[in-house]
Amino acid sequence: MTTRKSVTPRLLSKMATGIQGFDEISRGGLPRNRTSLVMGGPGTGKTVFALQALVNAARKCRQPGIFVAFEEGVGEIFANAATFGWALPALAKSTLFFLDARLSPTVVQSGDFELTGMLAILEAKKRELGAGWIVFDGIDVLLALLQNPGAAVREIYRVRNWLMHSNLTAIITAKTDGGTSGPTNYDFMQFMVDCVVRFDRRLEQGVSVRRLEITKYRGSDFAPGEFPLSFGPHGMDVAAPGMAEILPEASAERVPSGFAGLDSMLGGGVFRGSSTLITGAPGTSKTTLAGQFAQSACRRGERTLFVSFDEGGERIQRNLTSVGIHLGPHVKSGLLRLYSGRTDVHNPEEHLIRITSLLQEHRPSCMVIDPLSAIARTGALSSARAIGNRLIYKMRDHRVTAIVTALVDGDDPQAEATELQISTIADTWIHLSYLVRGGERNRALTVVKSRGTRHSNQVRELVLSAAGPALADVYSSGGEVLMGTLRWEKEAEEKAQKRQRHAEFTHKRRELQFSEADITARIAALQLDLDKQRAELALYTPDDEARHVSSDERANELRKMRNEDAAVAIVPGKRRAARTSARSRTNGEKEPRLGP
Amino acid sequence: MARKRAKADATGTPVTTVVVMCLYVAGRAPNSVKAIANLEAICRSHLKDGYKLEVVDVCEHPRRALADGVIVTPSLTKVSPGPTSNVIGNLSDTNSVLAALGLGAGVAA
Repeated sequence: MTTRKSVTPRLLSKMATGIQGFDEISRGGLPRNRTSLVMGGPGTGKTVFALQALVNAARKCRQPGIFVAFEEGVGEIFANAATFGWALPALAKSTLFFLDARLSPTVVQSGDFELTGMLAILEAKKRELGAGWIVFDGIDVLLALLQNPGAAVREIYRVRNWLMHSNLTAIITAKTDGGTSGPTNYDFMQFMVDCVVRFDRRLEQGVSVRRLEITKYRGSDFAPGEFPLSFGPHGMDVAAPGMAEILPEASAERVPSGFAGLDSMLGGGVFRGSSTLITGAPGTSKTTLAGQFAQSACRRGERTLFVSFDEGGERIQRNLTSVGIHLGPHVKSGLLRLYSGRTDVHNPEEHLIRITSLLQEHRPSCMVIDPLSAIARTGALSSARAIGNRLIYKMRDHRVTAIVTALVDGDDPQAEATELQISTIADTWIHLSYLVRGGERNRALTVVKSRGTRHSNQVRELVLSAAGPALADVYSSGGEVLMGTLRWEKEAEEKAQKRQRHAEFTHKRRELQFSEADITARIAALQLDLDKQRAELALYTPDDEARHVSSDERANELRKMRNEDAAVAIVPGKRRAARTSARSRTNGEKEPRLGP
Repeated sequence: MARKRAKADATGTPVTTVVVMCLYVAGRAPNSVKAIANLEAICRSHLKDGYKLEVVDVCEHPRRALADGVIVTPSLTKVSPGPTSNVIGNLSDTNSVLAALGLGAGVAA
């Protein structure tokens, strides 16, 4: 041993396991050159955990490692891990060494034994490979052969002392008999090692749930509590809680929702990186809205992830095609990734883990989960709620613009509040409902809330057709919104009214035009009359006055001769003259005659 | 450290085959020391000189031990005659050692 010159204590150095989520909750991995104990009941994932740490070190850091198998044969281990694509047989030829430490079933035991020989072999192998990691998988199987417990303790300490001097980061796995106590008869191991990870598997409402908990970590901080884990295509994933603080940055960029009508209701679209919740009863076109969003994202060239529960990707594609949404080409081009999960098989945590790994794999900028409420169907509701929240925060951490749908019973949007409680953390909440009136069921869309947006408070009608979904303007009538046939009737009625108004207008205009023409004609006639009048007036020039006067005088003389009263005789004569002039106006051709 | 003992039957006892054994020990570890002593005693009393024993120190020959599939020490392997058999431990239980060596019938006498 070399003596350390530095007096200040060094920070604990850690070795990353490369297991998604575990390095997060352990704040960097397992303690370097120390021993960690991994314990749990059968089938909880201890071996996979240890093996995965070893494989990751070998593949990512080119760090050789040793795997000592006390429980399973090397061939069995390779076969079990074949689904994870780790290429163990190839690694076993280069950087990893697998020691089959099982005793033959025919072996006879006679008296006490030690592990000294095995450690000598491992020491030689470690030097040869330059190994940094070592795993003792199921060491309790061998120790069980030791007759007295004291001997087992002695051998464990022997292993530990060797590990301390050999600068190896070690993982020892040990079984517990289902309970939460330590490894059977080996409680002391928990005190001896520097880090203890406990694995657990239990049934929650008929669904098997695996969990992991760090119960001890000398000299290091770690995330307390149990974390769900699942086996994905690349090995084990642990659902880490993610970042504790919410990212401060907020984008002002608007992402179109795919509906011009909805975008205008939301003031231009949803914010980039925000999450939108669409609630509604079955058949209110939640999937259609989500599909439209996905299609428009793909058309803009954005990578998109479409997660559907309980319905296969193919079926969703086919169903969406009927309303004019074509996702097929985008799936082929690789822009769109469809993932469908069955909620009756996996527990909510597993879905969270799968979705998280898809987020990292596909790196989408837009995402759909349809319906998120499906995760509440299995397992405990409280955990489903936590998963729902975690998913939304996870998407926010990845700056993914997401649309999440949730099924609610009935038409009351408030029903969602009691279910998954995600409406409180979603940025935008759109509720779809049916309005039944006049023998029809019509889809209505309301924006319940939209953070940071002056959104429309109007209910719109969602119209589906082969040309694609669209939002129709609605008519308000007596404080109620008209939809479907009623809306159509109202539209038709308004059209008829408009036509009628137009006809009336034209009619009136013609009438006025006629009247105008009439007046003009009358004016022309009067003008002619006036001219005639003037012409006639011209006849009565002052030269003719003498003749007129003389004739008047002659008439007066005649009256005098007949002894008539002049004044009386003149008046009827004048009247007659006026009457004659009026008659001449209408007849025109007759010369005015004055007097008999 | 490896010792080899092989003596032909001079006494004329009806031992037709020579038992070939290999004992893997870990240096001077207590159980290893005990195993050597126990095995020598068994051989003296039951095999007379009709045996061949190789003692391998795993600490010095880890590759050999690895090749022979040795995990714990002390560990005894009967190479011949008949099928190979293994005994682990300090060989304090004479009967089980004899049984493993195919000499169980001789013990009862």
